[in-house]
Amino acid sequence: MSHQCHPEVILATEVKVNEVEFNPKFVCRMIPKLEWSTLVQAADQLGHREELPGELVPDYEKNEDFLKKVHRVLLEVEVIEGCLQCPESGREFPISKGIPNMLLNEDEA
Amino acid sequence: MASSCRRPEHTGPPDVFYNEEEAKKYSQNSRMIEIQTQMSERAVELLNLPEGQACYLLDVGCGSGLSGDYLTEEGHHWVGVDISTAMLDVALDREVEGDLLLGDMGQGIPFRPGTFDGCISISALQWLCNADKRSHSPPKRLYTFFSTLYSSLARGCRAVFQLYPENSEQLELITSQAMRAGFTGGMVVDYPNSSKAKKFFLCLFTGGTGVLPKGLGSETSDRTVANQVQYSGQR
Repeated sequence: MSHQCHPEVILATEVKVNEVEFNPKFVCRMIPKLEWSTLVQAADQLGHREELPGELVPDYEKNEDFLKKVHRVLLEVEVIEGCLQCPESGREFPISKGIPNMLLNEDEA
Repeated sequence: MASSCRRPEHTGPPDVFYNEEEAKKYSQNSRMIEIQTQMSERAVELLNLPEGQACYLLDVGCGSGLSGDYLTEEGHHWVGVDISTAMLDVALDREVEGDLLLGDMGQGIPFRPGTFDGCISISALQWLCNADKRSHSPPKRLYTFFSTLYSSLARGCRAVFQLYPENSEQLELITSQAMRAGFTGGMVVDYPNSSKAKKFFLCLFTGGTGVLPKGLGSETSDRTVANQVQYSGQR
C-alpha cells in the first residue's frame, strides 16, 4: 500500500501573502471540506490566524467578515520555504519555492 | 518506427524527459501551447462543471501550467501535480495562479477525501504505463493513482484525461484499473476517423448516473466509437 499522508502541520521559514479575488460562494463551498481545527492551527503556526475562532461559526454563509478571513488563510497565505508534516507518520515533506515535494522514497511507495 | 518519432515515454522516465530544454518549449513554442490549450478546453468541457460556479480542480501532470491557465481563465482554483521540477520551474516563471506540488501520480494523490470538484490531465496518463524503475509495476501504480484520486474527488464529480495510448492493451489496462478503483465511465474519442485530429479522452465518474458524452466528429463512425468504449463502459 502506498503511503496515505494528508500532511497538515506546517513549519514555515518564509511566508508570502498574495492578493486573490474574493469569491464568497467559493469559500462557502470549501469550508465543509476542511477540518476546521486543523485549518486554524495551521494558520496560527504561520502567524496568520486572522482572529479565526476555534469553533466554526454557525450561519457563516452570510458572515462576509468571517468569510474574508477564511479566504485570506485558504487562498492568500502561501508558504514559500518550510515543510509539511504528516501528523500520523511524522514524515516531513520539504517546501521550496512554494512547491511541496511529495515524492516518496522507493521503500515508502 | 523511426527513432525520431519514438514515443517520449520510451525514452526515459518523465522527470528526466521533461528537462529544462523540453520544458522551455512549453513556454515558447506557440504551436505546442495552442494544442495544449485546445485539449484543456475540451477536457474542461467534458468535466461538465456546474455553470457559473468557481470550482476547486486538480490538474495531474500540470507541467508548465498551460492547462491551469485555462482553468484560471474560466474562474476556477486549481492544484497542479507534476513529477518534473524543470516543468514546475517554468510554471513558477510564468506565475501561474494555481498551487503547485512536486509528486509522482503513481504514488497516489495526497489529499483529503472529497477535496476536489473535478480533475483534468493532459497528455500524462500514458506515462504511468511504463516501469521506469525495477520496483515499478504499472498496474499497481495505476491502481494506486486511481484509488487515491477517487477518494480525493467529491461524489458526482468527473476526472477527464486526454492521453496518447500506445495500443488497445494499454487502454484496457488503464480503464480496467480505473474501474477497479470504483470509477465508472470510459473512453471518448474525438474525430475517430482523422489520424491527425483523433484524440482520446478517458472520462471517469465518481458516482451518480453519468452518461458518457459523444466524441466530436464521430456521428458517422458509431462502430469505431463503440469499439473503443466497449471494454470500459460495460462493467
